[in-house]
Amino acid sequence: MTQEHMHAAERPPALSVGPLGWARANLFNTWYNSVITLVILWAVIQAVPPLINWAFIDAVWGGGEPDACRVEGAGACWSFIGEKYRLILFGLYPFAEQWRPLLVMVLFIGLVVATMRRLLWGRSLIAAWGVSTVVMFALMYGGFLGLPFVANSYWGGLPLTVGLSTIGLVVAFPLGIILALGRRSNMPAVRTLCVVYIELIRGVPLITVLFMASVLFPLFLPTGVTIDKLLRAQVGLILFAAAYLAEVVRGGLQAIPKGQFEAADSLGLGYWSKMRLIILPQALRISIPPLVNTFIGFFKDTTLVIIIGLFDLLNAAKTALTDRAWAGFYMEAYLFCAIIYFAFCFTMSRYSQNLERKLRTGHARR
Amino acid sequence: MKTKAALVAATGFVAIAATAPAFAGETLDAIRERGTLICGVSTGLSGFSMPDSEGNWSGIDVDFCHAVAAAILGDSDAVEFVALTAQQRFTALQSGEIDLLSRNTTWTLTRDTALGLNFAGVTFYDGQGFMVPKELGVTSAMELNGAAVCVQPGTTTELNVADFFRANGMEFEPVVIESLEEVNAAYFAGRCDVYTTDASGLASIRATVAPNPDDHTILPELISKEPLGPVVRHGDDEFLDVVKWTLYALIEAEEKGITQANLEEMRASEDPTISRLLGTTAGNGEALGLSEDWAYNAIAAVGNYGEMFERNVGADTPLALERGLNDLWTRGGLMYAMPAR
Repeated sequence: MTQEHMHAAERPPALSVGPLGWARANLFNTWYNSVITLVILWAVIQAVPPLINWAFIDAVWGGGEPDACRVEGAGACWSFIGEKYRLILFGLYPFAEQWRPLLVMVLFIGLVVATMRRLLWGRSLIAAWGVSTVVMFALMYGGFLGLPFVANSYWGGLPLTVGLSTIGLVVAFPLGIILALGRRSNMPAVRTLCVVYIELIRGVPLITVLFMASVLFPLFLPTGVTIDKLLRAQVGLILFAAAYLAEVVRGGLQAIPKGQFEAADSLGLGYWSKMRLIILPQALRISIPPLVNTFIGFFKDTTLVIIIGLFDLLNAAKTALTDRAWAGFYMEAYLFCAIIYFAFCFTMSRYSQNLERKLRTGHARR
Repeated sequence: MKTKAALVAATGFVAIAATAPAFAGETLDAIRERGTLICGVSTGLSGFSMPDSEGNWSGIDVDFCHAVAAAILGDSDAVEFVALTAQQRFTALQSGEIDLLSRNTTWTLTRDTALGLNFAGVTFYDGQGFMVPKELGVTSAMELNGAAVCVQPGTTTELNVADFFRANGMEFEPVVIESLEEVNAAYFAGRCDVYTTDASGLASIRATVAPNPDDHTILPELISKEPLGPVVRHGDDEFLDVVKWTLYALIEAEEKGITQANLEEMRASEDPTISRLLGTTAGNGEALGLSEDWAYNAIAAVGNYGEMFERNVGADTPLALERGLNDLWTRGGLMYAMPAR
């Protein structure tokens, strides 16, 4: 005879399910894991409460005088940021006109958010970028409709950092693709030129390129001719980024099986059509992780313009720190910058992961 | 100054420049045509040239730019400031990117000659000094044998200390710490006996960082000379004269008791020196190629040298510097203006 009714299933032992079970299975499964867990737990308990105390509970908020931060037991001096955030965010841009770079940043971030939605991809989005770029530059320069003209030597802070890296990447990316194709070209002259360019630029540090652009280059110009500092730096950054992007793209090109090239050839496609329609779409898709890696690295590399006296976000923060009245609030200034940089880089990183998933094809190996 | 180490690198570049002169011709004409003076300043040095919270430049070097602009163009705001790093500053001047370099730059022989530059005078006499806690009972740098000295690396400061101790047959133990904040902390925590950097820096650290400023004393010896002044290109003597005499005018004004406040009354002064300086008696302006009220405009813009000093680095500022060497010659300092006649 078979059993007619099931016994009610017994609950598993309390120690094998729920948070306790998870902890036991993952954190305390061996004696050495238990030791590591306890050590880390101890370190967290040691570090986190003082950090929270410093950053929030004992912190000095709002505006006010630096003296309020110099009392015994005071934590983070956020009033330093309150006093200096406009200098840090917008550099030396005329104070009364700083709504302009603010508007530019809002516009830029809006466009980026829109671009992240693949549904919106298309000609109208490209047109929107084109129009917005003109509007953004017009806003920054001014000189019309009663907006005072602001020379680009006064641009600074976040718009400068974002501008240098965005324009740098947008221009360097096609240049990098051309260099990558050139390096794989069958024409010896083109190939040699591309190899020499890439290896030369990759062989020197970015600082050297910036120095060349800002210190050496003006000496070769005819008397009285000066090209503005920002443009020289921007060109230097573009030349630098292009060499690195070229190698990333070349990596992608090399991963494309020979059959794809031959298939394109057998369809009778010319060189450019073959690249545009068959090879590059696949190669660039494969290259997304290293491309974004380069983008993120480049975004942070723009801080090196500090050595040629441009007030990017980080240099503006350092400049804010030189004020003797507010001397010594290094942690606050650097944390503030770190949060901004993190927000940008983390967004890029997450979005690229998202893009990889969406564009996943047979190439992805798991 | 701290940034001087970079000079070595710059000299190499500049040697090329010196052979191929890149002079922008008549600087004065160029400034008049442009309507602004382009002035090279630092990227941020409190009291000398620094953007405040609203991004406006302030400091003694900045004020001097305003004074020169006022003297030439009659408008003290007709200045465009270009922030320069230590490495860029000389190239920017040589290539004509700026008209005047007013950026805490030490006057040295190499810079004055081989770099193709001219120093127009000294706006601030600085020098490297020592600070010690009073409880050590040290009154002279000669008593520092065997001391632990806190110093920042990579600057001429570090080399100067080594030279000084070797020259005097003394030993010392360097405590080399990279960041200014940490050097300060190390000294006030007693990790070293002596703190060395520029005297102006010492004074301001004592005034702003020391738990009790009275516990520390700055020794009288200065072991290096750091005369800081405005710089122009070789080969344009008219502009050099204008910059030089603008500085003299500010110093002379202090000597004669002319201030921003009493400038109008002083114009009516019977003193021939004052009336020549302020242009009531004509002649000086024409000689310089400027309008006769050049000095009047300069003083109206920034006050006399003493006012400029007090406003930016004086006792009521965070730097809290004494006049010291920067006092007038009549009070024992080095500020001495040539006669404006």
